[in-house]
Amino acid sequence: MQDAKSRFSISREGTVSRKGARKCPPASGPGFQAQTLYFTPGPGAAAAADAPRGPQALLQPPCLPVFWDDIFRRPPERVTEAFTLFCLKDLSQERACGWLKVVGMRQGTMFARGLKRKSAEDGEDVEGGLAGTQATPSYSLQRQSLLDMSLVKLQLCHMLVEPNLCRSVLIANTVRQIQEEMTQDGTWRVLAPQAAGRAPLDRLVSTEILCRSVREQEGERPAADVGDGRTPGLVPGLSAVPSAQALRSPQSSLWEVDSSRENRGGFQKSLDQIFETLESKTPGSVEELFSDVDSSYYDLDAVLTGMVGSTQSGHGSGLQAFTAAATPPPGSSCRSDLGELDHAVEILVET
Amino acid sequence: MGSHPDIISTVEFNYSGDLLATGDKGGRVVIFQREQENKGRPHSRGEYNVYSTFQSHEPEFDYLKSLEIEEKINKIRWLPQQNAAHFLLSTNDKTIKLWKISERDKRAEGYNLKDEDGRLRDPFRITALRVPILKPMDLMVEASPRRIFANAHTYHINSISVNSDHETYLSADDLRINLWHLEITDRSFNIVDIKPVNMEELTEVITAAEFHPHQCNVFVYSSSKGTIRLCDMRSSALCDRHAKFFEEPEDPSSRSFFSEIISSISDVKFSHSGRYMMTRDYLSVKVWDLNMESRPVETHQVHEYLRSKLCSLYENDCIFDKFECCWSGSDSAIMTGSYNNFFRMFDRNTRRDVTLEASRENSKPRASLKPRKVCTGGKRKKDEISVDSLDFNKKILHTAWHPAENIIAVAATNNLYIFQDKLN
Repeated sequence: MQDAKSRFSISREGTVSRKGARKCPPASGPGFQAQTLYFTPGPGAAAAADAPRGPQALLQPPCLPVFWDDIFRRPPERVTEAFTLFCLKDLSQERACGWLKVVGMRQGTMFARGLKRKSAEDGEDVEGGLAGTQATPSYSLQRQSLLDMSLVKLQLCHMLVEPNLCRSVLIANTVRQIQEEMTQDGTWRVLAPQAAGRAPLDRLVSTEILCRSVREQEGERPAADVGDGRTPGLVPGLSAVPSAQALRSPQSSLWEVDSSRENRGGFQKSLDQIFETLESKTPGSVEELFSDVDSSYYDLDAVLTGMVGSTQSGHGSGLQAFTAAATPPPGSSCRSDLGELDHAVEILVET
Repeated sequence: MGSHPDIISTVEFNYSGDLLATGDKGGRVVIFQREQENKGRPHSRGEYNVYSTFQSHEPEFDYLKSLEIEEKINKIRWLPQQNAAHFLLSTNDKTIKLWKISERDKRAEGYNLKDEDGRLRDPFRITALRVPILKPMDLMVEASPRRIFANAHTYHINSISVNSDHETYLSADDLRINLWHLEITDRSFNIVDIKPVNMEELTEVITAAEFHPHQCNVFVYSSSKGTIRLCDMRSSALCDRHAKFFEEPEDPSSRSFFSEIISSISDVKFSHSGRYMMTRDYLSVKVWDLNMESRPVETHQVHEYLRSKLCSLYENDCIFDKFECCWSGSDSAIMTGSYNNFFRMFDRNTRRDVTLEASRENSKPRASLKPRKVCTGGKRKKDEISVDSLDFNKKILHTAWHPAENIIAVAATNNLYIFQDKLN
């Protein structure tokens, strides 16, 4: 097993070499494009989407036995005008554990720019006290990142082996905590009342529901379920179709072990939803953060999240809510192409 | 000491400490035996050598749910020895097996009805009778499955524990605990069930369970919310209501989104005396007095320097790692693992603790282990290692302590290390 601490660094000239450096140079400048690196090592986690946004976007040094050299020597999984996609594999387990999206590969040279990393002290903001903390933009961003990350973890754990129930429960509880705090903060966006009244876990539960496409969701307007006495107008925001009946459908509980296989066919579509969730940002703060990134950056994410046109309205089903306000419509050159999404999904599912 | 091609997933000494069993991700069990000490050299320590290797569990496919059942051995527990043979229970996610390990060092020769190579002799050719005699042969250790306890767990088995009555044992999965009789495989009693009617309301799972070492009616189980429940089987058949409930009140100043996850208990172990129990959560080890439910009597920090890294550890899933812990034979010390192949030992009497590393470079035979130190900030001294340099792939999840002597077994991924105390 290769030394797990090998790292790569990105030099100003745009070449990549393996070295002991931990941080990507924070500089920006001509010839550099943003690079996102994301991986989720750990059993059962397939590749995941974009790195969480925010100051803490860059992860800790890779903790996987990933052969960094091999990434750049191997042909990329996918090359488009806008980005190049490399698949990261955990060679000890021979499964995909993430992918590297590099923007702007020109003539075989990698251009990349690391996102600034906060120092260790700042990192503690995320774990800082809950109740007393004001929802500063940075804290909200971090909290949102955590929420996004948790949702990805919950959804992408259906591999061949049954998911680890303890892990799923802990992640779901974390999501619920974040939801509750965001509700208290008032940062949880209120949608139409169709989803009112359900227990929070319901929203996370149904892979079957998350397998439905965006358009199907928009067509549904289920009645509110006031079963557990939650305040009306409490927003789901995260999960899809709110119908109580749909949630109780026999194959749909995330916890029930017999659900994963049937939903596999809908896996591609569920990724739709996940990515759209990951797109969720609080408006305003993100604009500031990424003001120096050119808009093509957003476009790439739009491609990868399979957003179809710009017609999604804020009052559509939950997942749409966050995406509507902040994301600019994708440019024509990056119009979502279902074929490309399928390919990206193939990579993620790691055939 | 020993190298498995697969990752070691459990380590356990037997009651005498002469045998050490390891299970791995590939479903194999390897048993080491301590060599008899050489009488001519009274100070030489018995070494552990491979005694038996067998395939305990095979991968299975659940056709009904279209899911694989991993063959990884989650736990091994020895039975107390009652005759020449040794018995142990090994379990994967779904099935528990009772194995008999026996030695054969003699074989019979001189049968009347068959040849030396086993072919039957023609009875008409036999003109004289002889008595077969036993002749010594090379020692052969055989492992045979004696019982298979299957189909009783819907969720993944995380613990097994043999009762002090030596007749029954419990098996625990995420939501249920079952009681078995060692002789009976087609029936088990469900003694704890925390599955909610509506699975969508599930917020807590069982993470570990163990019988009391002396009181055969008492057992404990820990949860993902950091609580321990002690149950008495005499009070009711279904032990859904606990006799005692152990939980430490949360410190509000350190509350974060990760508080619950790091409070999840990954292991619970009674002391040999039966007076105390120890729990391992992500950052610490706690010792509880069974008579005091309100808080632990001791808390030992394992790797507090990880508290500021919880977000990253959540991201790479390390925060869900399940570390085990163990008591020394006299209960005076406790041990648990950490990252970077470090493991920690705490002396409860002197209140001293030490960090040691299990690695090839540091393991020359008979060399002492050098204590390690993790530098948490500021200037890094020589020989210290900084938190950012820790290798989170090298985790020591499984450790075991000899029941009587200061001999410890440490599993580092696919290597097994055995360390002995130099002093007599």
